Amino acid sequence: MISSAIIPQPLARLPWRLIWLVALICTIGIITLFSAAGGSWSPYALKQSILICGFFALGIGISYIPEGFIKGVTFPTYAVILVLLILVEMIGFVGKGAQRWIDLGFIRLQPSEFMKPAVCLVLARFYDLLPAGDVRRWRGLWPAALLVLVPWSLILVQPDLGTATMVLVGGVTVMFVAGLPMWYFLSAAGALAAALPVVFSMMHEYQRKRVLIFLDPEADPLGAGYHISQSKIAIGSGGIWGKGYLNGSQSHLDYLPEGHTDFVFATFVEEWGLIGGVMLIFAFAMVVRWGMNVSRKAKTRFAQLAAAGLSMTIFFYFTVNLMMVMGLAPVVGIPLPLVSFGGSAVMTVMICLGLLMGIERQSRTRSSLG
Amino acid sequence: MKASRFTAAHQSMTFSRRMMLVGGAQAVFGGVLIARLGYLSVAQSEHYQLLSESNRVQLIIVPPRRGWIVDRAGKPIAINRSDFRVDIIPEQLSRPTETLRTLTQILKLTPDDVDRIIKEIRAARGYQPVQVAENVPYDQYAAITVRLPEMPGVQPMRGFSRYYPTGPAVGHLVGYVGSANAKEYEAEKNPLLITPGFKIGKEGLEKTLEKSLRGEPGGQRVELTARGKLIRELEPKPDRSGQTIQLAIDAGLQEYAARRLGEESGSCTIIDCLTGDILCMASMPAYDPNSFSDGIGQTEWRMLSEDLRKPLTNKVLSSLYPPGSTIKPMNSLALQAAGVDPDEVIHCPGGYRLGNRFFRCLGRHGAVNMRRAIAKSCNTYFYAMGHRVGYDRIAEMAKRLGLGQEFDLQVVSQSYGTVPNSEWKARKYKDNRRIVERPDWTASDTLNASIGQGFLIVNPLQLAVMAARIASGRDIQPALVGRHEKAAPLLGLPPEHLDVVRGGMWEVVNGDGTAGASRLLIPDVEMCGKTGTAQVRKIVGSQRGQSGDWKYRDHGLFVFFAPFNNPRYAGSVVIEHGLGGARAAAPVAKDVLTYLFDRPQAMKRLAELETQWGGTLAERTARRQANFEAISKANAGLSA
Repeated sequence: MISSAIIPQPLARLPWRLIWLVALICTIGIITLFSAAGGSWSPYALKQSILICGFFALGIGISYIPEGFIKGVTFPTYAVILVLLILVEMIGFVGKGAQRWIDLGFIRLQPSEFMKPAVCLVLARFYDLLPAGDVRRWRGLWPAALLVLVPWSLILVQPDLGTATMVLVGGVTVMFVAGLPMWYFLSAAGALAAALPVVFSMMHEYQRKRVLIFLDPEADPLGAGYHISQSKIAIGSGGIWGKGYLNGSQSHLDYLPEGHTDFVFATFVEEWGLIGGVMLIFAFAMVVRWGMNVSRKAKTRFAQLAAAGLSMTIFFYFTVNLMMVMGLAPVVGIPLPLVSFGGSAVMTVMICLGLLMGIERQSRTRSSLG
Repeated sequence: MKASRFTAAHQSMTFSRRMMLVGGAQAVFGGVLIARLGYLSVAQSEHYQLLSESNRVQLIIVPPRRGWIVDRAGKPIAINRSDFRVDIIPEQLSRPTETLRTLTQILKLTPDDVDRIIKEIRAARGYQPVQVAENVPYDQYAAITVRLPEMPGVQPMRGFSRYYPTGPAVGHLVGYVGSANAKEYEAEKNPLLITPGFKIGKEGLEKTLEKSLRGEPGGQRVELTARGKLIRELEPKPDRSGQTIQLAIDAGLQEYAARRLGEESGSCTIIDCLTGDILCMASMPAYDPNSFSDGIGQTEWRMLSEDLRKPLTNKVLSSLYPPGSTIKPMNSLALQAAGVDPDEVIHCPGGYRLGNRFFRCLGRHGAVNMRRAIAKSCNTYFYAMGHRVGYDRIAEMAKRLGLGQEFDLQVVSQSYGTVPNSEWKARKYKDNRRIVERPDWTASDTLNASIGQGFLIVNPLQLAVMAARIASGRDIQPALVGRHEKAAPLLGLPPEHLDVVRGGMWEVVNGDGTAGASRLLIPDVEMCGKTGTAQVRKIVGSQRGQSGDWKYRDHGLFVFFAPFNNPRYAGSVVIEHGLGGARAAAPVAKDVLTYLFDRPQAMKRLAELETQWGGTLAERTARRQANFEAISKANAGLSA
């Protein structure tokens, strides 16, 4: 924390360590997008810079919202997003196709994106209201489960397996740290493992194909396994030191598909090598660690639970993307937050960070009060 | 109140514990990510760098020039002629429909061609060119070059096509080339094979020497995007032409022999009887390898394969004949080896009685010794002597002189026939007992084999090798490729035995023997030989195979060597259904040998004959080709 007399109080109170980390990640993203466009600010890097600045301002703004107000609007907000999800589903039904967004003219709104932080907040609020003695009872489980599973199933049928899973993981994390009995989670994990074959048989054709290709990408290197194969080639060929900035042949010659969105990490590592990749992973890990510490140090139960869920959301975001890019998970279409080109992931993560920063500030000020 | 406070404390403890679990799980995942990244970019780096390079850099293949095939003096037998071709690079094609229409107009493409081109363009990936036409005449090539600016993606090029200056004369010898088919590509998986204009050997030496003739493709190395767009050109890789291969063949002799065979269906083989070099191996009639290399029409193929004179068969290697009397010199060596005195006289009353069967001779020769028996081709002598020593001992000599042997040659296939003996017959008929054949060797089997009929069956190359081994007494091995100077080791036959046989063969031509009419008209050079007449089917009554249907007439054979006093050349001539060796085969041998010693005399003789046949080989081939095209056109007209 910068504590100099020259810097005004409100500025000095900002969590600067986090801001530097986020700035580092965003810079990596922008220079990689600059390279992905063949060494040009357009069409990605400039637009992304503006988006990041805008959403960063939004995040800082959110951090000034008092916890009490957030608590108050949590349930209504959750309800509004749920209605929007149903609306999207209906439009999609009418339009006879998968639809994930509502077109407001100036922006395409993806309600499922807002659901990621919202589900954490609503569960944190639920367990905040629930008397401690009821946590291990039936009434401590079913409303929470409903709050998670209703949006989860709505998003799943869009179909958007990646986002649905993230909503589920955020919610389950809050339930886990809220102190629900351990056997709930163990038996759920067991049931999930048993249900996997059934789920597989119910998946859409393209989803099933992705899973199969994940298990054996070399089976069809020019067809559907192309993404994973080319991504691994890009990462592996970078070696320890990388091919040098603007020298990535995989991305520049279009062998790497989606090199500016989902596979941006491969574009980055091809040019910056193992060194660059490890640095980026560490930066993300530090952000998550900061979030987990916010949760640990929070003074209210709502703040503790919400911070844990939001941190997990950020963690899950980048982990699943990196696992996918390095061939450890099937291609589910989750971008690398703050690095991939596109606004929605930046927005979600900045909202999460804004909420975390707010919690952090209030736990600090409250602690000083006594 | 107490319970509630306890629960709240308990809850806080649970929270801390579970936060640690969550943090721990996150740390584990982070570790996995870094480990995976390290594995990919350190342990697997080399592998992926290679893949990345093979993505980035591609080779636009420039086919190598095929090696020449030359004769023993360096005279070309198969060379490359430059021609013009037109390809399309699908990636650069901007207006496919208009471009194809223009090309169709200029090159006069058939609808079939256009269909093929469209199909190949659709299937093409990246920079792989698609062939539009090859062997394009210069004016069409020029027309396309002029209109190139309006047809991006079209690539007129100079290419090479295979050319055989002597055409059919070397057809069976060198074979031909053609585009690789799907099966050949599957077997090799070499992208060179599907490069437009690239040809591989399909038959004969072109096929067997493919490895040396092909060379190494070169190419322009280019950096391409995933969609096949050219980014920049890198350093080109030079191609390496195929090796020039020298054959043992004497191209002039080969051509002369092929021409001298004329309209007959037959073969002529000449071997250097000291070294084994095959100087000529002509089989006629033959296909024109030039027309095969351009892709042969269906009509032409059908007419060639239905021709009774079998222009698609290499008669030197793949046709088997009963050798007839040509094996009598070999028999004579076997008899002497078995202890028969060459001066012993046998009385020939016109045949030989074995039990109640009478085996005929061609005449009544009276008292004959071994030399006279060869000169007059007396069957009675060889019946009697063969019966005395038994055929197994003769078979041994036959094998020693090359009959039934498969030679180590660079050829696609050779049929090596049968030298029968008692063991062979037992093996063949023991399990496959037919009523007419008994598994034990009979005296009449011996008698038939002794005059080169019955089970004995050989190819013309073996006959030539036999003649060469008798001529030089050396264990020569026939060779097609390379020029050999070293004389082969001696066979170890007693010189006095050989002298008797050679003397007999001298008399055949230069005495009062069967081939007296084919004496060489060259001072100090005398040809020795032995005629043979092989029955095509069993003699039925008075039908002796000397008249009637062409396809039932006897084959005429002749084995020979020259000069008598210092043998250098030996060979065989087989004229299918030529009625007799003296009549059909020996005159060919005489002229071909004359070519080696007195070229003008031989050419004069050939000119006289070719006037009778209606033109030179080249003229007759051109006429036949025109005929094929006319029939093919008529057929197309019918089906349209």
